[in-house]
Amino acid sequence: MSANAGPLDPAAPLEPPVPTNKPVKTTGLHVGEAEPGCAKVDPILIVDNVRRTFGGLTAVDVAHVEVPRGAITALIGPNGAGKTTLFNLLTGFDKPDDGKWTFDGRSLAGVPAYRVARMGQIRTFQLTKALGLLTVMDNMLLGAKGQTGENIFRALMPFLWRNQEEENRAKALDLLTRFKLDTKKDDYAASLSGGQRKLLEMARALMSDPTLVMLDEPMAGVNPALTQSLLDHILNLKSQGMTVLFVEHDMHMVRHIADWVIVMAEGKVVAEGDPHEVMKNPAVIDAYLGQHHDEDIGEDLGTETEHVSAIKELLDDER
Amino acid sequence: MDWGAIFNNAAVELISPTTAAYALAALGLAVHFGYTGLLNFGQAGFMALGAYGYAISILTFGFPVWGAFLVGVGASVLFALILGIPTLRLRADYLAIVTIAAAEIVRLLFTTNTFASVTGSANGLSGYKNEFAALNPLADGTYGFGPFTNNAYDTWLRIVAWSIVIVAALLIWQIMRSPWGRVIKGIREDEDAVRALGKNVYAYKMQSLILGGVLGTIAGMIFALPRAVVPSNYQTTLTFFIYAILLLGGAATVLGPIIGSMLFWVLLSFFSGFVARAVEAGWLPFMSAIQGGQLRFILVGVAIMLIVIFRPQGIFGNKKELAFVR
Amino acid sequence: MKSTLTAQRYIPRMLAILFVTLLTALTMATFSVSSAQADEVGTEYDFTLSGNVKFNGEALDGVAVAVDGNGYQADTVTDAEGKWSIGVPEKGTYEVTLDEETLPKGVVVAKGGNVIDAEFGLTDRRSVNFFLGEGTRNTVSFFDQFVNRFVNGLNFGLLLALAAIGVSLIFGTTGLSNFAHAELITFGALMTLVFSVQLGLPIWLAILIAIVLSGALGYSLDAVLWKPLRRKGVAVIPLMIVSIGLSLALRYLYQYFFGGSTSQLPGAGMADLKFGAISLSPIDLASMGISIVVLLAVAYFLLRTRIGKATRAVSDNPSLASASGIDVDNVIRIVWVVGAALAGLSGVLWAYFRPGVSWDMGFQMLLLVFAAVTLGGLGTAFGALVGSLIVGLFVELSTLWLPSDMKVVGALVILILVLLFRPQGILGRKERIG
Repeated sequence: MSANAGPLDPAAPLEPPVPTNKPVKTTGLHVGEAEPGCAKVDPILIVDNVRRTFGGLTAVDVAHVEVPRGAITALIGPNGAGKTTLFNLLTGFDKPDDGKWTFDGRSLAGVPAYRVARMGQIRTFQLTKALGLLTVMDNMLLGAKGQTGENIFRALMPFLWRNQEEENRAKALDLLTRFKLDTKKDDYAASLSGGQRKLLEMARALMSDPTLVMLDEPMAGVNPALTQSLLDHILNLKSQGMTVLFVEHDMHMVRHIADWVIVMAEGKVVAEGDPHEVMKNPAVIDAYLGQHHDEDIGEDLGTETEHVSAIKELLDDER
Repeated sequence: MDWGAIFNNAAVELISPTTAAYALAALGLAVHFGYTGLLNFGQAGFMALGAYGYAISILTFGFPVWGAFLVGVGASVLFALILGIPTLRLRADYLAIVTIAAAEIVRLLFTTNTFASVTGSANGLSGYKNEFAALNPLADGTYGFGPFTNNAYDTWLRIVAWSIVIVAALLIWQIMRSPWGRVIKGIREDEDAVRALGKNVYAYKMQSLILGGVLGTIAGMIFALPRAVVPSNYQTTLTFFIYAILLLGGAATVLGPIIGSMLFWVLLSFFSGFVARAVEAGWLPFMSAIQGGQLRFILVGVAIMLIVIFRPQGIFGNKKELAFVR
Repeated sequence: MKSTLTAQRYIPRMLAILFVTLLTALTMATFSVSSAQADEVGTEYDFTLSGNVKFNGEALDGVAVAVDGNGYQADTVTDAEGKWSIGVPEKGTYEVTLDEETLPKGVVVAKGGNVIDAEFGLTDRRSVNFFLGEGTRNTVSFFDQFVNRFVNGLNFGLLLALAAIGVSLIFGTTGLSNFAHAELITFGALMTLVFSVQLGLPIWLAILIAIVLSGALGYSLDAVLWKPLRRKGVAVIPLMIVSIGLSLALRYLYQYFFGGSTSQLPGAGMADLKFGAISLSPIDLASMGISIVVLLAVAYFLLRTRIGKATRAVSDNPSLASASGIDVDNVIRIVWVVGAALAGLSGVLWAYFRPGVSWDMGFQMLLLVFAAVTLGGLGTAFGALVGSLIVGLFVELSTLWLPSDMKVVGALVILILVLLFRPQGILGRKERIG
């Protein structure tokens, strides 16, 4: 599967992606100082002492963090900071050594991934998981919740689920139109480009009317031509009342659409705050530069340049 | 060379109960492998449970036909649960190893002398056909035409066997077009994605394992009715032949396993008939009759390799829908 | 080992020699075996094995006798006159086993063991008789039995390990679960049979040639089949099914050339030596010695040599290894050669352990090899060794409690139980998700 088909050529002139409309930032999300683990006015997700180790390596060790409801929160940090692992833990795809977390007041510790999704906390993946040999429409229909025809016995009696199927189909078509994929609805998902797959994955997630959408690097591997519409779609999620938590490397995007930023390094939350403020936090600069300094020279050139450019972007933008 | 006899014998295989049994077993495997992406290498075990479940229920417990049928089906549901619980959460190749091992365990348990009084050990069981024959509504005599002429019992058996195959095919066709089938095919593509959409992947895989296994079990009963139940029939090689049929027809299709089975048996019969007579006629001086018989199995092996390499979608599969799990 | 590694430098010539020798060997085998074969008949068996079980002129009834051979198994018990008879489908060699457990107390098979290889002569009947005598069998203490089975299990586990390491290395480096490994095992034994019995070479030379040919077969399989498929980007599961097809084709090719009978390698029936409670034949001792030396050599190869380290690196993470300048194709080629050569040696030892060479002997062992590899943890060479020893010991020791025709069942049940509680195997690591 060529999940990462979209070009990500560092040599190409990279226009900073900017949403078409000036995003409306949500403010006043936190209580007290904007420090790691600070309380939120209306948290949707509360994480306590979640720890995950692989062998001797601690990948995630988060003491306390809250994600504000109805806002777009970015989770950033250098490579290996444990962002994706935390995502996997929160969505039930991985089990922590210990710790607990609640979503909408309900504890999620030990809840399997599919139940987490049914509660309204839907995720996407860093490497897109479009179901290649299903049509785009089937991909969408798979996202719908509470389908009668998904029971093996009722599946044999189409009259029980035909109406519901038609409703879902209409809803899917509506979403596909919004994501400009309606012309592709009968194509195999495998025939889509990398960016289109990202769009499809996001549209599919919306079929279940989630309350919290967790996007793992929505921009990775996406053709610059498509980043525009992706950003608009993420902003739309907020205007429709959903909460968004996303992992991203692209600092421009974070700055432009995030209402709140959580910074992770070496498995811990090292800083939190408003996107403009948090970039000035010495702990953040340390996290990025620190890794740059500590890293064994020549071991992983690709990520190093990425970090260097990320930090340059940060500093440039602030001037 | 008697070409008439060769063609005649090959044509007999077209609708023989054995062909029906293999078609049904392959259909079950299509549910597992083609639609769900489960690598079940224990279909022979499911078939053995069907055959023995049916035969033992009638011979030892004196059950009626429907009771024996239910015992076989129940045994295979239980078998699927035992296989599925430890392995369906693990990587695909673990299921392959566990199913192949479990099918061998089943066969060895039926072979061992320890339970000879019930299983007949290596000699197997026979004499369970009367109950099925008693249900035959056809009057004595011959039915059919040409190579398809049979006595009343064999005609009855063919009617029942192929009716079951047709009903099963319609059922699978319908269920794979339903939302349930959509989830199943989604799991084949990427089970984590399906899980992230709120589907209980584990339960769906288990349902698929049971559904395909039950088809294999019923196939085992059909397979047992024209012959005796002998444990050596249910070796791993049987599963491999069913895979050959499935790949020939197309793994994620409903018609594929059926046409695949017909093709497999007709070609096999034609080929061995031809070679046997060619050896007799002295055309192949370097070959004995037994070697002629073994040649066809070599060809089955080579055919499996060639199909997978050059036409992985099978004869009926959609070119785009290469039905392989990645 | 060394010979197989240097061999691959002279590839084209080696291949040519290989195929010529193979052809000669196979043709010779055809002529020598064809006389022992009869027409294939249906389910009505025309041939009968029979016998009379008597002790001091007194007929013994209820004694279990089993026949196994040519893909056919059957068993019976003696009647009141001590007579038994079993119909068999083919004229050929059958292994006739008398179950000593069913003899009256104090009676044992005195001479020649309780297993006889019976071959049909000109007639359709063959009588098989066992020599019974006053027995000391029942006086063998449980502890002595345990020690004996333990040593046997160790021997079996070691030869299993030779095959399992190849399976594990191939899985680790290519992701392929190689079902055709069974045929590599058989190949070693068959080639030894050809060069020793049929061509009259000394056994040590025949074994050496067989191992070299096995390595060459592994090399050519990789070059002709697996490497092109890797290039083509064929996924792991289709590859596995290709290996199943290859396994079927090779297995019946062996049967085509060698027939369905079982033959013995020179020295197979050597008398046992007694070491206290333990009775072992010199062959068993040599087998264990060879296994241990070869396994140590493999360990040295994997841990100390540059190529061995590269192999483990590829096994660990192929793309990373490739990025760091390791020639992955070369490593895989070496793994195939070494794996196939080890499988060939394992086949020779397996032929002495069973005992006998037959066309499907490798396939009979394959599931235990897979069980060993899975138990130890897929893809870890040392896990395969540990897993093999466990499987070998378990299979042999379980006969203390289970009937011997169920000994494989125990090992397979253990496999399923281990997967239930420790899915990554005994030495495997938990995988990181995401």
